Amino acid sequence: MSSIEGRSLGDGAATLLRVPPLAPPRGRAGLGGELRSEWTKLRTVRSTIWSLVAMAAIAIGLMSLIAWALMHRWDRFAPGERADFVAHPLEIVLARPVFISQLVVAVLGVMVISAEYTTGMIRSTLQSQPRRLTVLVAKVAVFAALMLVVGEVLSFAAFFVGRQVIAAHITVNLGDPGVTRSVIGAGLYLAVLGLFSLGFGAILRHTAGAITAVLGLILVVSNLTGLLPDSWGHHINAYMPTNAGLLIIQPHPQPGDLLSAWQGFGVFAGWTALVLAVAAVLFAARDA
Amino acid sequence: MIEAVGLTKRYGERTAVDQLSFTVRPGQVTGFLGPNGAGKSTTMRMILGLDTPTGGRVTIDGKPFRQLDNPMREVGALLDAKAIHGGRSAHHHLLCLAQTNNLPKRRVDEVLDLVGLAEVARKRAKGFSLGMGQRLGIAAALLGDPKILMFDEPVNGLDPEGILWIRNLMKSLAAEGRTVFVSSHLMSEMENTADHLLVIGRGRMIADCTVQEFIDQNSELAVRVRTPDPTRMAELVTGAGGRAVTDGEGALLVSELTMDRIGDLAFDNGVRLHELSLLQASLEQAFMELTRDTVEYHAAVPGGREVSS
Repeated sequence: MSSIEGRSLGDGAATLLRVPPLAPPRGRAGLGGELRSEWTKLRTVRSTIWSLVAMAAIAIGLMSLIAWALMHRWDRFAPGERADFVAHPLEIVLARPVFISQLVVAVLGVMVISAEYTTGMIRSTLQSQPRRLTVLVAKVAVFAALMLVVGEVLSFAAFFVGRQVIAAHITVNLGDPGVTRSVIGAGLYLAVLGLFSLGFGAILRHTAGAITAVLGLILVVSNLTGLLPDSWGHHINAYMPTNAGLLIIQPHPQPGDLLSAWQGFGVFAGWTALVLAVAAVLFAARDA
Repeated sequence: MIEAVGLTKRYGERTAVDQLSFTVRPGQVTGFLGPNGAGKSTTMRMILGLDTPTGGRVTIDGKPFRQLDNPMREVGALLDAKAIHGGRSAHHHLLCLAQTNNLPKRRVDEVLDLVGLAEVARKRAKGFSLGMGQRLGIAAALLGDPKILMFDEPVNGLDPEGILWIRNLMKSLAAEGRTVFVSSHLMSEMENTADHLLVIGRGRMIADCTVQEFIDQNSELAVRVRTPDPTRMAELVTGAGGRAVTDGEGALLVSELTMDRIGDLAFDNGVRLHELSLLQASLEQAFMELTRDTVEYHAAVPGGREVSS
């Protein structure tokens, strides 16, 4: 490179590169700023919005389709089967949307933190706020708030849409025993599941690994424990995180349930707190 | 000011950074030089609190990085251009960083203007070229108007214009009184930019001096002599206690004798000279010489000599 060329270009660049001054800081970088930052992060990645929209559409759409098909075939069901449907309307309008949505919620929860590692963003994040617990608390709080709102909107929407679809043969009201609690509980369950997954994301730091772990636990392990023999097997199965957590969307206790709806939800929340505590310790201690 | 005392990082058996002590001062560009794998990046990560030292400590104006009130106001760093979520626009990437330190929103546009990315501010970072990514990383580093700036291998993979831009950026930042700490594995890069040098190899400090001191200490002198009678001239040089080798193009490279002495020798003995010139070993050579034993990965080259990878 010739020096003449260097000088002319260099002078131009040097005059351009006066960094504009910034007013002196007020206060300390803390949780407030970190919360705003995490909210910006969530809302500015298109995949978050699309996943949530797709989740709602698929969950409610599929539920409506199945419910409509049931109504269509209503006359062909045996009286016993019909009685069963009438006794458990939330199985149709609430449980199915929750089962479908939980997959998306789990993936999003994992990615809130694992995507920071796979993209390298974590290094930018921790350079701007090196107090790691502040970062983790902000992530948890913002994602919990978003999932709670989305979860409640989804469960109420599913309930009201589903109720219309099955209205011809089955009536269900928010005033019926346990129904309001179940619908609110469905949103709570999704929010807690999101945090449970976020914790796995923080512990494993790999998107694929953490998603496999969470979905494996929800879909496979939780069902397999049901095959364990005797009363201890029954206990283990009942206390598995999502098995316990899903009791909250069940309006009436079933024969053989070891936990009440709220006890079950408490067990799930306890598991989640444990996972997040492990995540916090590791997040604070590990090299980024 | 960055101060490290006995800074050490071990990964299991391997010691990546070994008892480093140094001070990086404001108002100048300090080059951090070493072969690949010497521990430069690890050291920078420890300065930023990303990695925890196994031993020793490093502070920013007396405080560990994690205790700084507003980290972005103190230190801006470009470690690698890929510390970005590709799905986010440049504007939003900078916004979410600015918010953590309560920086005003308009600051984002200011730094995007500064690095010349204002036009692509709303484009997703995924589609950025390496040079644009580098500029975005620099914009992030400048967001907080920090007193200290750190760049890890900032010119890697950039075109000449980009290299020049970064070089001038570093100089102007130092001229504004900031501390500029920049790593490289290329001596030639430092020659043009740095005022002070820290040279490390295998995690250990090899040299901590000004660039001029480094040149004086490490660039060996030789004199290039072109003559129609190189054999005779070589004999004369050897007889006078010097060393002469041919440079492969018919000229002699003479060491351990001054240029004046060689000229006198030729004159006294009637040897005709066509050229008598001073050669300075390049800093690159000096650097390679200095770090030869500390290079982590050697590549065999035809001819049997080793060069650093």
